[in-house]
Amino acid sequence: MDVREIICEQNKVYSKSKILTDTTLHYCPGCSHGVVHKLIAEVIEELGIQQRTIGVTPVGCGVFAYNYFDIDMVEAAHGRACAVATGINRLAPERVVFTYQGDGDLSAIGTGETIHACNRGESIVVFYINNAIYGMTGGQMAPTTLCGMKTATTPDGRDPKLHGYPYKITEMLAQLEGVCYVTRQTVASAVYIRKAKRAIRRAFENALAGRGLSFVEIVATCNSGWKMSPVAANKWLVENMLPFYPLGDIKSVGE
Amino acid sequence: MTRIKGAVVIQTEQCKGCGLCVEACASNVLTMSVNVNSKGYVYSTSLNPELCIGCASCAVVCPDSCISVYRQSVKEERD
Repeated sequence: MDVREIICEQNKVYSKSKILTDTTLHYCPGCSHGVVHKLIAEVIEELGIQQRTIGVTPVGCGVFAYNYFDIDMVEAAHGRACAVATGINRLAPERVVFTYQGDGDLSAIGTGETIHACNRGESIVVFYINNAIYGMTGGQMAPTTLCGMKTATTPDGRDPKLHGYPYKITEMLAQLEGVCYVTRQTVASAVYIRKAKRAIRRAFENALAGRGLSFVEIVATCNSGWKMSPVAANKWLVENMLPFYPLGDIKSVGE
Repeated sequence: MTRIKGAVVIQTEQCKGCGLCVEACASNVLTMSVNVNSKGYVYSTSLNPELCIGCASCAVVCPDSCISVYRQSVKEERD
């Protein structure tokens, strides 16, 4: 049997989500952002909430995310995505609101906005893409950079005495009453990606049910910033990032 | 005997040549091209299309969503 005979509409098992536009992503080859975009788009498509969803994009590599999703999106000032999402959610509670932020945006400049939005328990979904580096501006050290990790501004590796320790904002936010679901996932391989998609779906379902804020951390790669090939970066993530940022649900309230 | 046969269609113009799909493919179907696309990237291509089982791992890991996967059960007679 010729392989070409299999290629027809009824045999299709996987293709690009209709929620994603045809615009080519500006991300570097192998960047985790593309995978997370795809998962969010697939979940929005499966839940049938394209017309109801409003996304808030960050400053960082994800800044142009509004070009890639065929949904309503708003661009927030650096770190202020949770504050903008709060405003949208309060004015239009029937909408499903999510923010998409990196580690520099959410856990550095936007720490205050993030913590208070979580504490108020806004019914939004927060996606936190943690690649331990500032990817957009040349790979400087971020608050989440691992001890000993080399970046553009820590060429000898991060020294805790000089640069402080990396912190896990996800575990910190799990302590707050308003947060109903806190999870950490990664997209380093097909198995992890399928698990991450289930977590993203659950987060959107929480927002639809008005249970509170859902916080989904995705441990991601920045192969350009890490100066590695995409395949080597995924391997490095599993070996070095995951021991410090363990995967799994940290908090889960209600079903 | 029934076998699952799969096929992949790769949008080579969208591909940036990251190679994650080649790594994810357990059946050694995919490889990187020798030629480049109009953006100057090498792209993913089927080296052994007959080995594909349609698991969709390549498409799941593709950051640029340029792979579509098809799968069909095929009845084969044993030799």
